[in-house]
Amino acid sequence: MPIELDFGAVLADWPLLLRGVAWTVALTLGALLAGSALGIVCAWVRARNLGARQAPFWLQHGVAAYVELVRNTPFIVQLFFIFFGLPAAGVRLSAEAASLLAMVLNLGAYATEIIRAGLESAHPGQAEAALCLGLSTRQTFVRVLLPPALQRVWPSLVGQVVIVMLGSSVCGQISTPELSYAADLIQSRNFRSFEAFIVVGLAYLLLSLLLRQGLNRLATLWLGPGRHA
Amino acid sequence: MPDFSLWDIVRNLLLACRWTVGLSALAFAGGASVGLLLLLLRLAFPKALDWPIAGFVQLFQGIPLLVQFFLAYYGLGLVGIQTSPWVAASLGLTLYASAFLCDIWRGCVRAVARGQWEASASLGLRWHEQLLFVILPQALRIALPPTVGFLVQLIKGTALASVIGFMELTRVGKTLANATLSPFLVFGFVALFYFALCYPVSRAARALERKMHARH
Repeated sequence: MPIELDFGAVLADWPLLLRGVAWTVALTLGALLAGSALGIVCAWVRARNLGARQAPFWLQHGVAAYVELVRNTPFIVQLFFIFFGLPAAGVRLSAEAASLLAMVLNLGAYATEIIRAGLESAHPGQAEAALCLGLSTRQTFVRVLLPPALQRVWPSLVGQVVIVMLGSSVCGQISTPELSYAADLIQSRNFRSFEAFIVVGLAYLLLSLLLRQGLNRLATLWLGPGRHA
Repeated sequence: MPDFSLWDIVRNLLLACRWTVGLSALAFAGGASVGLLLLLLRLAFPKALDWPIAGFVQLFQGIPLLVQFFLAYYGLGLVGIQTSPWVAASLGLTLYASAFLCDIWRGCVRAVARGQWEASASLGLRWHEQLLFVILPQALRIALPPTVGFLVQLIKGTALASVIGFMELTRVGKTLANATLSPFLVFGFVALFYFALCYPVSRAARALERKMHARH
């Protein structure tokens, strides 16, 4: 039996694919911003050598539990818990909001560990010196400790953002109109399932390359030329 | 509608864990064999096979696992093979794991100092003897922590097989959540079971890593 592939039938639905790309990119950028912010805050709580007074005991353990819980459960279960489980507890979210929340929490946990590693690789004397010069705890963290830490761990951080972007394909399962949902919709109309997922797979591949490039360029602009690119 | 007690939920989820563990084991065995084969091919024919295998690795690391599952599922159907979720899920996960493991292990082989190749060559060992008796034993020690770490990723990856109809922990959880109308409880338990499976493996990976660093 000869195999016939018809990509035209899939590409004819380009508005759907385009909407999918837009949603995937939007969700990823949202997760990138909020997730890194969450990661930075949690890393500040967890890191040991900041020379400042430590965050309260319960907060440190709370953050540790959050990080371990997220890192040791599948993203799809986190998503289902937020989308199907939380309404029973009175928190009702739209599919899009639930997807974004799940991605932010997921990236936040991984970013915490990555940024913490960057912070802890600095010499403790750096924080002490900054404090001695009269910088406040916050200034020490934001101006002295954080930038080189981000620079050091940038490749891992970018890798994690790409993983979260690829993971967002699961959000289609709760009918968020992202890229893999578009593929599912298209194949349910014209039965070209294999072709639809090939097209979407290549789109993800392209997106992950672009995302990597873009973030590396951003780092050069923002953190200056360094070891990250 | 039948009533579900708490124990019924827990029991069904516990039974479903078998399939998650089984699929993980199968995927790891398959992925390790294919990954090792790819690595050996890449080392043996650096000129001819380096870029095709690098491309294969890039391809499977840049496409979501979920899409890989769909491709395996529909692709097998296209070439006329009667697909079961078992076959599609193990094929998808095997390819996924082989790409990652090939990449991880290549890094480990490259981490062994170049001089080790040269020294063993100057001692008159042939290429396969150099690899087998000198390089791989050292690379294996370096490879253990990241390989165990990847196992966690693989176990979590099996959750996506639920989407193509494989009856593992997540799928059973979804069915139970629909039947019991208490998704909060059921998905909470599902998450706990995954945690119980993955956390010890994560801890082991971290302990191995610490031991490695202590030795150096």
